[in-house]
This record gives sequence, C-alpha cells and structure tokens, in this order.
Amino acid sequence: MSQVAERLLPVGAHLARYVADYQAAKSPSQPQWLSKAREAALAGFERLGFPSTKLEEWRFTPIGPIAGKPFALAADGFAKADKHLTSALSAGGPLAVSVNGRFAPHLSSLDALPKGLQVLSLEAALAANPALVEPYLTRLASPEQQAFTALNTAFLRDGVVIFIAPHTVVETPVEVLFVSVAEGKPTVSHPRFLVVAGESSQVRILERYVGSGTTFTNAITEVVLGANAVIDHYKVQEESSAGFHIAGMYLHGARSGTFSSHSLAFGGAIVRNDVVAVLDGEGIDCTLNGLYLAGGKQLIDNHTTIDHARPHCGSHEVYKGILMDQAHAVFNGKIVVRIDAQKTDAKQTNKALLLSDDAAINTKPQLEIFANDVKCTHGAAIGQLDDDAVFYLRSRGLSLEDARAMLIHAFASDILNRLKIPSVREHLEAALTARLPQSV
Amino acid sequence: MLEIKNLHVRVGGKEILRGIDLAVNNGELHAIMGPNGSGKSTLARAIAGHPDYEVTAGSISYGGRNLLEMSPEDRARDGVFMAFQYPVEIPGVNNAYFLKAAVNAVRKHRGQAELDAMEFMSYVREKAKILELDPSLLNRPVNEGFSGGEKKRNEIFQMAVLEPALAVLDETDSGLDIDALKIVAHGVNAMRSPTRATIVVTHYQRLLNYIVPDFVHVLLDGRIVRSGRKELALQLEEKGYGWLEAEPQLM
Repeated sequence: MSQVAERLLPVGAHLARYVADYQAAKSPSQPQWLSKAREAALAGFERLGFPSTKLEEWRFTPIGPIAGKPFALAADGFAKADKHLTSALSAGGPLAVSVNGRFAPHLSSLDALPKGLQVLSLEAALAANPALVEPYLTRLASPEQQAFTALNTAFLRDGVVIFIAPHTVVETPVEVLFVSVAEGKPTVSHPRFLVVAGESSQVRILERYVGSGTTFTNAITEVVLGANAVIDHYKVQEESSAGFHIAGMYLHGARSGTFSSHSLAFGGAIVRNDVVAVLDGEGIDCTLNGLYLAGGKQLIDNHTTIDHARPHCGSHEVYKGILMDQAHAVFNGKIVVRIDAQKTDAKQTNKALLLSDDAAINTKPQLEIFANDVKCTHGAAIGQLDDDAVFYLRSRGLSLEDARAMLIHAFASDILNRLKIPSVREHLEAALTARLPQSV
Repeated sequence: MLEIKNLHVRVGGKEILRGIDLAVNNGELHAIMGPNGSGKSTLARAIAGHPDYEVTAGSISYGGRNLLEMSPEDRARDGVFMAFQYPVEIPGVNNAYFLKAAVNAVRKHRGQAELDAMEFMSYVREKAKILELDPSLLNRPVNEGFSGGEKKRNEIFQMAVLEPALAVLDETDSGLDIDALKIVAHGVNAMRSPTRATIVVTHYQRLLNYIVPDFVHVLLDGRIVRSGRKELALQLEEKGYGWLEAEPQLM
C-alpha cells in the first residue's frame, strides 16, 4: 500500500482490527482482576480511539502512519531476532530479554542474581504468584485517559517484572532489553515492564528498546519507588528507522525516595514518550533528563508530567534535542504543584539544537501551581550552532566538520556525562558520531 | 612572510578597511595601533579568515601563497594564529581535548606524527608553566567561567602550544592588570624568533613597554596613516591620535 493511499484512510480505520485481534487472541489463564482490567481497557480504547491532532496533548504529533497501518499482533512464540539485537549493552550484569512483548528466557541471563533481586517473566509471575504483582500492575498506568495505555493494558499478557526487596542494594545494573521485530509484515507488540523497589533499596536499571523492520512498539512501564529507595533508570530507544515507538512510564514515589531517569531517544520513525511521575511523599528527589537525536523525517515527542503532591520534593529536568534534516520534535513539560506541596523546588530546562533550516520543534512548559511557597523555574532555548564558536575552533586548525561535530557533542555531553553506566555513555557517543552528517 | 596590498574589507555591508598596505618579515614584530573603530581588529580577523569579514579588494600573500583563498583551518594549519580579542566560551568542550585536536590537526598537516594523550599532556604542561596558567584550567570547558585575564593567558598559551609562524594578537592586553600583562608579554617575548613574525594589535601604548616592537603602524579610519619605529608609540602616548588626524598629509 502506498503512503498516499494510507493517508486517505481516516484515522482509526484500523481500530476494529485491534478489537478483533483482542477477541481472537488465545487468552492465557489470568487472574480475574486482570481479565477485568483488560476488558475495561479495551472498552476505554474503543471509546477513546486513536488520538487526533485536535487533542491538545497530540497537537503536534500526527499518528496517522500508526493508526492507518494494518499492524498484525505479534504471533505466539518467539520471533527470530538477530543476535546483534539481543546482546546486552551493559555486559556482565543481569539481562532480561523480551521479544515482541514475550519474555525470552533463552536469550536472558539471570543466573546467580544477587539476594533480594527478582527478575521475572510477567506471564510466569501472573501464573505462579499473581498476588505478588496485583498491588501494582495497572495501578499506576491508568487506561482511562490515554488510548495507547489502554491498548497496552488490553493486550497485557507478558513482559518483565523486577522486584528489589527492602534494604537490598543491587550493585550491577540490570538490563532489560525489549526487541521488536517485524514478522514478515508490520507487527505490533505491547510490552509491559514493572519495577517495584522496596523501602531503602537501591538499583540501577537500563531499559532498552531495539528492533528491525516495520514495528509498532506500544510499551508501558510502571515504577514503584518505595520509601527511601533509590532508582537510577536509563531508557535507551534505538529502534529501526521504520519503527514506531509509543511509550508511557508511570512512576509513583514514596517518602524520601530518589528517582533519576534518563531518556535517550535515537531511533524510530515516530516516537512518543510520556513520563508521568507522581511524587507522593515528602522529600522525594526526582530527576528526569532526556537526550534525543532525530534526522530524516523522524518525529520525537517527549511529554513529561511531574506531579508534586507532597511538600519538600525537588524535581530537576533537562531535555536536549539535536535535530537534523526535516526532523520534528515536541517537548511538553508539565509540572503540577498541589496545594499541599509547599517548599517544592522544581526546575525545568529544554534545549534544542537545530542543524537544518527544515528541522523544527514545538516546545511548551506547562506549570500548574496551587501552593504558594514554592520555587519553580523553567527555560527553553532553541538555536543553531554558534558561528563564533565554529570560527574559534577552525582558527585553531580544526576542519569545519570537526568543529561542528565537537560542538554538537559538547551540546549532548551535558546529558551524556551524567550517565553512570560507562558502556551506555560510550555506546551513545558512538551512535551520535555515526548519525551526524559528514557536513552538517 | 606576510604581504598585504591595498586591502579593502567590508563587515555587515560597511567598508572598514580602505586600502591597507603592510609587509611583515620573518623575525619582525609589528605593532598596529589606533583608536576605537579604526579597523585594527578587522585587519586581524581578515588575516585569520573570519567568514563575516569580506575582502572586496586587495591581496594578502603569506609565504608566497594567496592567503585569501585558504579556509580558516588551512591558514591555522599553515601557521597563522590569531589571539582573539574576545575569546569564545565553549561550554562542554574540554580545553585540553580541544587543544589536542588542534595540535594534532596542525601536526597531521605538517606530516608529523600525532601526539597521544600522554605526550600531549607533558608537552602542554611545560607551556602552561611559562604562562603561569593554572593547570586546572586545562580540564575546564574552553574559556567558560575564566576571568578576563585567564582568557587572554589561555590565548597566548594556545599560541605557545601551536607554535605559529605568524601570530596576530588582537588587543590581548586590553583589560589586563599589570601582573597579567607582564605574564602575557613574557609569553610573547619568549616566542620571538628569527623564524616567526608577530603582529600585535593594541589600543594602549603600555603593552609596548613590555613587548618592544620593531615597527609601529597607526591605523586611522581604515588606512595606515603613519609607520615608524618604536618611538612612534611614545609620540602617540604623548600626543594622542589627534595630531595624526590633523596632519594626514604627513603620510
């Protein structure tokens, strides 16, 4: 089907297909609470339909290429994924691999996990000990409002679950790799990821998305940050240039928890990341940083919401984008400070570097402040490379290309230097270098 | 070494240099003086190849080559160095990393082996000592958060590291206290050699107490109106630029 013909289809043309897939899918035996949640989610999806650009939250993100494409639900069993897709980035530590939403034990490496750390297949956990996940699963990611969240929940079957027992400090990073592969035709999968960090526990998690072919990854991550727990989280998205990636991460934080998350979006044709962090205890510290690189006709949309629900919480947010060619980015940073959340300290910065006249970004800070003793700052800067700096470097003997590359890396280094997994930082440095045009 | 003939330069549509003639030989140090807006910095930037400075007429020959046909980086690799009047802050680019890339770009061009990190560091530490540059500045982003004096010393430090054949110092002395001025002057004097030519652009005669020029040129309104030996600078100090404006016929 040609692109033009697809555009003629009304948005939502394939809505019924998902519903039919839902009904046709072999239903695994699941606990009743989950079956009910899934049914409700499907109803929610049918009611909401695919979002159109008439909705404020999707104003700059037309998802016609997703809604109008006949994606087939990933088949049962394991799609064949290339070896290079399934290898770990943070070598040595625990690795959980999921292919098209299905936990793949044969590709995972979960022997000899440290005491207090559990890394499980969601399906297995639901079968063996549903009470373990029941208090958390689908509790944070509400399918009521967001169509894609509803869609993921409707198809909820498998994924990855990580439990960190109270007072457990996990030293090595845990890598969770979600692979999306097209099974001979456009393929959709709905991976689910749940992290529960118990009181005073500590963990570093690398959540990575890779893929090949025309895929639609509709991922949901739920993170439960226990009291005084520390989670250092990295999300690396480098799916194929024909891949579509719609993801939501929902965090619930308890008293004195520390959550730091870096979102690194490099791949995909259309990418939408929703991050919703609810700071539901005093003294939580929340960092949400992001770096994205888009070229060609890529569209990368980051929507973040930090909900300061309690007093004395701090949030720090820096998002940076590098846009080439005809790439388009959207950044919407919402900060809510509820009436009780006195002494909130929230800081948001959004910067984009436009390397082409045809690249564009729509950026919007959104502050909703109901408390009166708070500190909230936000800033956005969109610009091109500094000509004076380029000349300065050239006047010392660097070529125009090297000068520009050095300045682009410098722009990104602000985020990359904060990544505490060296192999991830090196990998992304190399990915950045590889993607930069020879003469930008 | 450097031969400038009838140079006309336009910036943002406005003609700033209106026929400069200047010859600088190996081993010589020339001082270019003149009031604000006379075109001193424009001359320096045109030599370095700043893209905003459009040469509308005239020529610059450098070691027999047509300098105006060379890109800024080719000029640098061939030994042209300009110390910036306003060194640019480059957040995120480590000073040592940047300088190593510059040194190796120049070395590669000259057919020399590139320096590895160890060789480079021991090489630059020596140079930093001469300029009394705090070695911690090497590990900071280029010029970011440097004091005015540190920025200017960093320029001369880069010059010492890159060992140019032609050094152009654009108001390197402006805004320096006497201690910093002495350090900068010491750095420049230490580099004077029979194989190197230096052009010092300055607003103030004071610098020339510490860097003694072979020749002094006075720039007024885009032209060199007077050239002489170092004594000319003292006359300027005494009389200001007014007496030259009043007597352009002395050209």
